[in-house]
Amino acid sequence: MSKSDRWLLPDGVEELLPPQAWSAESLRRKLLDLYRLWGYELISPPLIEYLESLLTGTGNDLDLQTFKVTDQLTGRLMGVRADITPQAARIDAHCWKKKGVSRLCYADSVLHTTPENQMTGRSPIQVGCELFGSRSLASDIEIIRLMIETIAMTGSEQLHLDLSHVGLFKGLIADIDISADNEKLLTDAVRRKSLPDVSALLAEMQIDASAAERLKSLPGLIGGIEILDTAQDLFADANEAATSAIAELKEICQHIAAMYPNLSISIDLADLRGYHYHTGLVFTGYVKGCGRVLAKGGRYDAIGQVFGRARAATGFSCDLKSLVEIANVEEIPRAIYAPAASDAELIKTVASLRITERVIQGFEDDKVTPAELGCDRVLVKTDSGWVVEAI
Amino acid sequence: MVLIDTDMSDSLVIALSKGRILKETLPLLKSAGIEPLEDLESSRKLIFPTTQQNVQLIVIRATDVPVYVQYGGADIGVTGKDVLMEHGAEGLFELLDLHIARCRLMTAGVKGVAPKSGRIRVATKFVNLAKQFYSSKGVQADIIKLYGAMELAPLLSLADEIVDIVDTGNTLKANGLEPREMIAQVSSRLIVNRSSMKMKHQMISPIVEQIEQAVQKSITA
Repeated sequence: MSKSDRWLLPDGVEELLPPQAWSAESLRRKLLDLYRLWGYELISPPLIEYLESLLTGTGNDLDLQTFKVTDQLTGRLMGVRADITPQAARIDAHCWKKKGVSRLCYADSVLHTTPENQMTGRSPIQVGCELFGSRSLASDIEIIRLMIETIAMTGSEQLHLDLSHVGLFKGLIADIDISADNEKLLTDAVRRKSLPDVSALLAEMQIDASAAERLKSLPGLIGGIEILDTAQDLFADANEAATSAIAELKEICQHIAAMYPNLSISIDLADLRGYHYHTGLVFTGYVKGCGRVLAKGGRYDAIGQVFGRARAATGFSCDLKSLVEIANVEEIPRAIYAPAASDAELIKTVASLRITERVIQGFEDDKVTPAELGCDRVLVKTDSGWVVEAI
Repeated sequence: MVLIDTDMSDSLVIALSKGRILKETLPLLKSAGIEPLEDLESSRKLIFPTTQQNVQLIVIRATDVPVYVQYGGADIGVTGKDVLMEHGAEGLFELLDLHIARCRLMTAGVKGVAPKSGRIRVATKFVNLAKQFYSSKGVQADIIKLYGAMELAPLLSLADEIVDIVDTGNTLKANGLEPREMIAQVSSRLIVNRSSMKMKHQMISPIVEQIEQAVQKSITA
């Protein structure tokens, strides 16, 4: 490594600098205040813990995403968290057990071995809410609303919500005999909406005609809420798991649409994001004109099982850094310039001003002007004491 | 400088692959009512307006198409299945098989030379695909990435086999090589960015439907 590149950070590892760092912190505070008003308790789990508890029931992806180190004390493998959700589930199952519903929120750093996509880095700040202990649609709606309010906090107006339900696909393949490998291939093809690949796979697996037709119609089921009526007709004679998934989705959509008349909503019934992890509703939040996913969430009822306490669970999370990028830039209030003299009257005046104002004290050896320090007023000594004057 | 202007949320960018795929794609786009306002091949421009005011075309290398579509630089793209298999399809929908620019992805070696047993060296531009293919056959292969003229590699003992696109097979023949195993049938696909499909489905769905009908017509014709 030469002197010229010693200062470079690893690919995808970013730091927040002025003025974004204050914007991020201010957004983080606003979001946590919002969650507190909705009754969410704040948790701050450790950055590192044993791998077994970090990688609970979340499949292979999270394993690959997690940086690992050996614990020098025990020789066991530890992971740097790539997702706070399993930690929240561990806390709900053991460390902060509640009989009824528990609502948890967090805002902390996570690390990813590979970026989720090229647009996000490897060191996001994950902000989110998790709700344990309720299977009700009302709890799904609460989480979706919090996600919408979270994105709205950036000042963006044209919000877009995309909804899906993995229960539909699970229902459609429940009655057919399919190996785990084939299920993976089929899930992937449906997710890519590659009808040619889906058809080829179904033909190869010799799935019966009516089940195959249903699966082939999935990739095309994308559009507005009206798509759910089409789906209800198409899957009218499918099993209960499939039909109830559509009914659930429809009811949730109606509630959300009524609450947020300006929100645009799309349905994508082939969206199988986190298929092995989610058990029901899944949703994604966007802002129009910005192609990237800003927040995502869904139901994951099975996660607590490994800790001996399976609880109904739903939640969402987002990357604070991505939110800050689309947020309206916050005007930082101008400051008052004061000399750094040991005048008792000055010290008292500065202290009382600092209750509400930014006051920057200039040192003798600092050659910058008050304006360069971001000040629009100066504290000057007059006959009647120290007075604030415009520059 | 904003190159592609208008409000992003109601305009579309379509990424097309240069060369043979481009020639065969244009008639399909035409059937969806989208025609470039100038000749794509003679212009040095990179972004082209079309007969539809809110649709613009970009013409780039086939391997760059999935990258542009994946990251939302373009909403829709046309590229080969070979490129998609090599690149991976994260963030993309592969909506249609356009049945154009058909060819085969194959392994090839020097004619008359028996395939080498044990660990082999393979020259290709499809690094991921080749690795997957040989490992699925239980062969350990060391991959050498090349950007063109694969046929040279076995002739100059750089590699034992190559993995490449075979159309007529004439290039292989002319260089004393023979095709060995078929990895996949390749044709061009219509791909769409995930977020665009969700947020602009009212604009994208009709285009996809019209292209699909044109494809059906050309297959049955």
